Amino acid sequence: MTGNLTLAIVAAVLIAAGVYLLTERSLTRILVGVLVMSNGVNILFLIASGPAGAPPLIGMFAAEDMADPLPQAMVLTAIVITMAVSAFVVTMAYRSFQLNGHDEVSDDIEDRRIRELAERDDVSDSFEDIRFSDTGEDRVSE
Amino acid sequence: MLLSLIALHFVLGMTAPVWTRLLGRNAFLVVAIAPAIGFGWLLTLSPAVTGGSAFVESTRWIPALSVSLTFHVGLLQWLLSLLVTGIGAIVLFYCRWYFTNPPSRTLGLLVAFAGAMLGLVTADDLVLLYVFWELTTVFSYLMIGHDSSRRANRAAATTALIVTTTGGLAMLVGIVTFGVLTGSFRLQAILAAAPEGIAPTAAALLMLVGALSKSALAPFHFWLPGAMAAPTPVSAYLHAATMVKAGVYLVAALAPVFSNVPLWREVLTILGALTMILGGWRSLRQSDLKLLLAYGTVSQLGFITMLVGLGTKAAGQAGLAMLLAHGLFKATLFLTVGVIDHATGTRDITKLTGLGRRMPVLAVAAGLAAASMAGLPPLFGFVAKEAALDALVKIGSGGDGTGVLPAPAFLLVGAVVAGSMLTAAYSLRFWWGAFGARRRPVSVEVKHVPAAGFIAGPVVLGLAGLVLGFSGGPLTDLLASYTRTMPVGSEPHSLALWHGFTTPLLLSALAIGGGVVLFWQRDTVARVQATFPQVPAANDFYRWSMRLLDVVAVEVTARVQRGSLASYLSTILTVFVVAVGGTLMLMPVWPQNAVWFDNPAQVAVGLVTAIAAASLIAVRGRVRAIITVGVTGYGTALLFLVHGAPDLALTQVLIETASLLVFLLVLRTLPKYFTDRPLHSSRWVRMLLAVAVGATVSASVLVATASRTAQRASAGLETAAYEFGYGKNIVNVILVDTRAWDTLGEISVLVVAATGVASLIFLRSRVQQRRTRKIAANTSSGAWLRASGTLNPAARSLVFEVTTRLLFGIMIMVSIYLLIAGHNHPGGGFAGGLVAGLALVVRYLAAGGRELEEAAPVDAGRVLGIGLFIAVGSALVPWAFGGRIFQSYDIHLTIPGLDAITTPWGVVNAFGDLHLVSSTVFDIGVYLVVLGMMLDLVRSLGAGVDTQAEEERTPLPRPESTTALPASARGRNS
Repeated sequence: MTGNLTLAIVAAVLIAAGVYLLTERSLTRILVGVLVMSNGVNILFLIASGPAGAPPLIGMFAAEDMADPLPQAMVLTAIVITMAVSAFVVTMAYRSFQLNGHDEVSDDIEDRRIRELAERDDVSDSFEDIRFSDTGEDRVSE
Repeated sequence: MLLSLIALHFVLGMTAPVWTRLLGRNAFLVVAIAPAIGFGWLLTLSPAVTGGSAFVESTRWIPALSVSLTFHVGLLQWLLSLLVTGIGAIVLFYCRWYFTNPPSRTLGLLVAFAGAMLGLVTADDLVLLYVFWELTTVFSYLMIGHDSSRRANRAAATTALIVTTTGGLAMLVGIVTFGVLTGSFRLQAILAAAPEGIAPTAAALLMLVGALSKSALAPFHFWLPGAMAAPTPVSAYLHAATMVKAGVYLVAALAPVFSNVPLWREVLTILGALTMILGGWRSLRQSDLKLLLAYGTVSQLGFITMLVGLGTKAAGQAGLAMLLAHGLFKATLFLTVGVIDHATGTRDITKLTGLGRRMPVLAVAAGLAAASMAGLPPLFGFVAKEAALDALVKIGSGGDGTGVLPAPAFLLVGAVVAGSMLTAAYSLRFWWGAFGARRRPVSVEVKHVPAAGFIAGPVVLGLAGLVLGFSGGPLTDLLASYTRTMPVGSEPHSLALWHGFTTPLLLSALAIGGGVVLFWQRDTVARVQATFPQVPAANDFYRWSMRLLDVVAVEVTARVQRGSLASYLSTILTVFVVAVGGTLMLMPVWPQNAVWFDNPAQVAVGLVTAIAAASLIAVRGRVRAIITVGVTGYGTALLFLVHGAPDLALTQVLIETASLLVFLLVLRTLPKYFTDRPLHSSRWVRMLLAVAVGATVSASVLVATASRTAQRASAGLETAAYEFGYGKNIVNVILVDTRAWDTLGEISVLVVAATGVASLIFLRSRVQQRRTRKIAANTSSGAWLRASGTLNPAARSLVFEVTTRLLFGIMIMVSIYLLIAGHNHPGGGFAGGLVAGLALVVRYLAAGGRELEEAAPVDAGRVLGIGLFIAVGSALVPWAFGGRIFQSYDIHLTIPGLDAITTPWGVVNAFGDLHLVSSTVFDIGVYLVVLGMMLDLVRSLGAGVDTQAEEERTPLPRPESTTALPASARGRNS
């Protein structure tokens, strides 16, 4: 099978733009990144499905001229899911503004605490030390 | 029988809450029946087992791995099982009085443990044995940590778990090695085959590690004193009489064959002797009766493990005798401590006094047990110790076939005598500490006088030690069939109280005498002990390594888990670029068969799309970004169309339009511009990464496409789609029939996402929101739209209202057409649902939330639910009628009389030829889910946000800023 260079370049540009935006902090920009990247990925399906052809409609076009229908069905579900998920992301951005006045994805506070522990060469909160000595002073009670 | 017996224990354990609720404390008496039955059943086996044969039971389990539920009860197993079930029944009986409030957890765990322990000592399949082995560890862990709110319990439980499972893992490696070497996991088969070489030696030693950790030998001994944090009956049963004997059992089972492998004897004698002395020495320092006994147990376990591991006939006999004696006297003593603790509220030697007069029966029973422990005649402990000393003397005088050199053998005898002295001393100290009368300023009160049933257990076990002391002869015969299996050594004496004036008797006397002196001079001993420096011991090493593990975990987590989304993503993508891109770099020959384009239109559309995408990087305005990304979306739709995918193009256009509208609904409340980020150095790194990812992805897809040689997966669908799916639009047939499971999953995602959006806006329930709506005046006002009267006149647009009025009906018609026609022409449930949804969006845009209510006076959640229900229903219905899930049927409908009406122009079918396909029902489900999602989105992000704006709960963009005033700062709670 042959690949389509034009489509490949377009997909590359879309995905590159998507990656750049995905590594942003603003949730709206991440959303835009998801959208443009998913368009790029959908174009990849076109490349993988082989050469362009006639619509896969039985009776209207000859079977040997038809484009591969299977990737089309996959992309169709992908399109709709992307919309549902991006609507969710945009709502999260709205909610973030509503609560914090911005939509920046901040670093995890818990992870910062772990970093501070590491800087102090400390142990985690779940660590418990116990010692038994043979001095006869230990008490084990129930 | 054994399997069901063990299952009985587990069933009783699992139903423990029921028993305690029904019977209270008496529940212990009920569950004690399980081990009692086991004990009785084992007694019925005695003729066979003592005769030298074995009881074998086998059930298939995992034949592919040659693992089976095989049990083998030979003499050794029989003896251990009697100990496990007998003491188990007595301890459970004893618990009836020990626990005032019956803890159903401890009860369940205790009886389940009894079952697991019975399984451990009878399992022949080593994998099965390992399962039971770890089960006992887990039960022990749970019982030590019975009060998880206390630090001591938690830490002691964890220590016990980690130490014993570490050993257990080593053992598992040994088991697997044996399994691979001999092709069987059955212990008897392995013993019979007895492979030789380095691997079997390593395997045997690894199993030894497991045994040593479980039996608390140095350097693993430190977990056992900590385990005393468990309730006393638990300590008596698990940490004295049975579980810690699991290691002894394993050594005893392996010794007949493996005692001659290199290092076996060396390890066992050195560690055993060391443990014996260490435990005894530390026991002398304890003032807590329970800890005193715990260190005593450590000491005795070292002694017994050494004996059974030596591999001579005499040592084997002595080892089993000691095992039995220790089980009896140590259980007695622990139960005694429990009674004392229960009666007085303390077990501290420095506080107790004069209990002997107040609990005479208990004092006598405990005295018998302590005497047995000290090795005083005529108790069984003395008999067993005599046999042990005899076995060691035999080794000392010529090796007894073991090849132990004279000097080490002499040292060994010396160590055991020294250990026995300590044992005698701490036995005396125990009895004196518990029952002796001393001068105390305040005497301890006996709060509860122990009931007869409470002290019955210790009395029975204590007396058993006395009786067995006089039954040396029968016991010798009983043990003979095990003793015989030992590879080396001369026949031992029979177990007896009196063999004449022999070296062992002299050594016994020496040990007892030394013990008495140590006890008499206890104050001096304590002073000497106090001068011993604290040396870093195994416990410290354990603590150090656990701390190290934690610190390393913190360091690694701090390095790896940065908490920044962007950095995770970059890491993942970098790995992708390096791995996939690197592979591409290493390709020697690149495929040459690529074309520039299929159709010149692709170049034109592609150029616009790519430019739009590239400009997104620099776009700073929110609305502009959304519109620009829309351009890429429409461009993609055109590319779909050119490629020959009208369904995709149609859906993509509809989705782009719907998304654009939905996003704009939200963006109206947000600041105009994104956060301004100065040209940071990381921007260039990100750009580089982005380009690398894009290039890698496209190149790999191109290479993959060009390298494809297989026929496409959809080949044959051109005919099958119509024959089996009854549709001419292959893509739609794939969606509703061939790959309908995918579609079902997808619409479920839509339901979840729509619900997520609604819950983020309404926070509680979308139904509640709808109930509060005010229905607009239903009277006809001559307006084009019903709710337009509720709008601010300045915000109205008559042209829009008229257009909406005209367009709405048409759009709904189109959407239904797309749904019905989709099976044969471009369209389908997705496209139809989107058009209907867009019609609702238009109504909302024209006249606001009230108009939306008028247009769709239903709950979006209900639409989603009904849609999903129809979809699932259409999948299941064929199955109910004997078909397959998602099977499609077609029906040709004609109505007789209407199908052929003779008219002047010829015969006409007035009804038409209706061809109905069952998968259309599934598509209706899809249609409703998509419609429901659109309704949810526009109601949440449109009408919902409007309501919040009225209530001043939306974020308020700050002027000249990229941030907004959060809702909370606007004086309202969000």
